[in-house]
Amino acid sequence: MYSQALNTASTPADTSEVATRFQIRIDAEERIEPNDAMPDAYRRTLIRQISQHAHSELIGMLPEGNWITRAPSLRRKAALLAKVQDEGGHGLYLYAAAETLGVSREELVDQLLTGRAKYSTIFNYPTLTWADIGAIGWLVDGAAIMNQIPLCRCSYGPYARAMIRICKEESFHQRQGYEIMLTLCRGTDEQKAMAQDALNRWWWPCLMMFGPPDRQSPHTDSSTRWKIKRFTNDALRQKFVDATVPQGLHLGLRFPDPELRCEDGHWVFGTIDWDEFRRVLAGDGPCNRERLAARRKAHDDGAWVREAAQVWAAKQTPGRKAA
Amino acid sequence: MADPATRLWEVFIRARNGLAHRHAGSVHAADPEMALQAARDVYTRRGEGLSIWVVPSDAIVASDPRDKESLFEPAGSKIYRHPTFYEVPDEVGNM
Repeated sequence: MYSQALNTASTPADTSEVATRFQIRIDAEERIEPNDAMPDAYRRTLIRQISQHAHSELIGMLPEGNWITRAPSLRRKAALLAKVQDEGGHGLYLYAAAETLGVSREELVDQLLTGRAKYSTIFNYPTLTWADIGAIGWLVDGAAIMNQIPLCRCSYGPYARAMIRICKEESFHQRQGYEIMLTLCRGTDEQKAMAQDALNRWWWPCLMMFGPPDRQSPHTDSSTRWKIKRFTNDALRQKFVDATVPQGLHLGLRFPDPELRCEDGHWVFGTIDWDEFRRVLAGDGPCNRERLAARRKAHDDGAWVREAAQVWAAKQTPGRKAA
Repeated sequence: MADPATRLWEVFIRARNGLAHRHAGSVHAADPEMALQAARDVYTRRGEGLSIWVVPSDAIVASDPRDKESLFEPAGSKIYRHPTFYEVPDEVGNM
C-alpha cells in the first residue's frame, strides 16, 4: 500500500565536496546503488521513508484482515486473502530495500513495535462494514498508486525496483475495490447506503494520505533535491482527486464535501482538517493502540517459531552459531 | 530490544526455461529450506518463475564501486573488440 509524505524535516543544502559530487550524479539522473558513496542525510532520509513505507504495508494488513472471515462470497474471500498477502509481500520487498542501506530488519521491526517509527495514518481508521473493504481498495490503494508511481523513478535503485514490483501488483487491489463498490451501488438501497457511508468516512482521511500541504513544508526540500520525491504533496493530491471524483460519480455516490466543484478541468475540494491528521499521526486516532497491540501480539506469539528455527539451523550446520 | 539477526539470502529466479536465473530480491530465513519457501511466497505469487536459487548473502563476493575505473575503464578504449570497428564494403552484404 503506501508511505505517507511524513518527511517534512528538511536539511540545509550540504556544500561539502562529497555532497556536491553526489548531487551532480543525481542531477544527471544516475541511479544510486547500495555500496555507492552517499551523504549521511540521504541515507537517513531513505531509511526513514522506506521503513515507514514498509511498516505501513504491514499495519495495512490489519484493517482488511478484519474482514477475511466475513467476506460475502468465496470469490471475494479469495481476492481479499490474495490482496492482504500482497501487502505482506510489499512490506518485505521494502524492508529488504531499507536493509541495503545498512540497517537490520530486526532493528526496523523493533522501531515499529516500540512505537518509535511511524506508519501511514490511514490504517488507524476502523473497517466497520464490508463496504469499507471496497472503499479501501478503490480509494486507499488508488491514493497509494498515485503516490508510488513517481517513486518507481526515485534516485535510489533498490527502492525504485521495489516500487516497480509493487505498482504492478497494486492495480489489482484498486480494481477489486472498485468492483466491490460497483456491486453494492447496483444492489439494494441498504447496500448502496453502505457504500455511501464508507465513502463518507474514508474520503477525507484518504486526502490526508498525501501529507501536509506544500505551504507547510520548507521550499528547499531535500527529498526533492535528491530526486526521492518528484511531485509535491498538493500536486499528487490534486491528481488523485481529479482521477477519483468521476469514478465516484459513475457509482452514483456523493462526495462528503459541499465545496467540491469542477473548475478549468480540475476538481476543487474543501478544506482538509489538518488537526485530525496531526492527532492521528501523534497516536490519537480511532485504532492506533489496537493496531500496535495486534502487531506486538503477532510478534510475541511467533517468538517460539523464530527461536526453534534458529536452533534447528544451528544443529544442521555444526559450528554455526544460533544467531 | 531487537531480536537476534536471522540470516539473509539473495533470491534468483528463472522466469522460464531458456532464460538465466535473475536476481529478484532477498529474504531472511534461518536455514536453506525455509529460505526457499520464503522466496517462493515473496517472489512468485503470480507465476513469475519455474526455478529458484537462494544464496547466503554473505557468500557473495562483490566488486567495490570505488574500483569501477580500474576494473572497467580499460574496456572503454578497446573499440576494436566490436564488429562495427571493421569496415566491410556494402557490396559484400551482411557479415
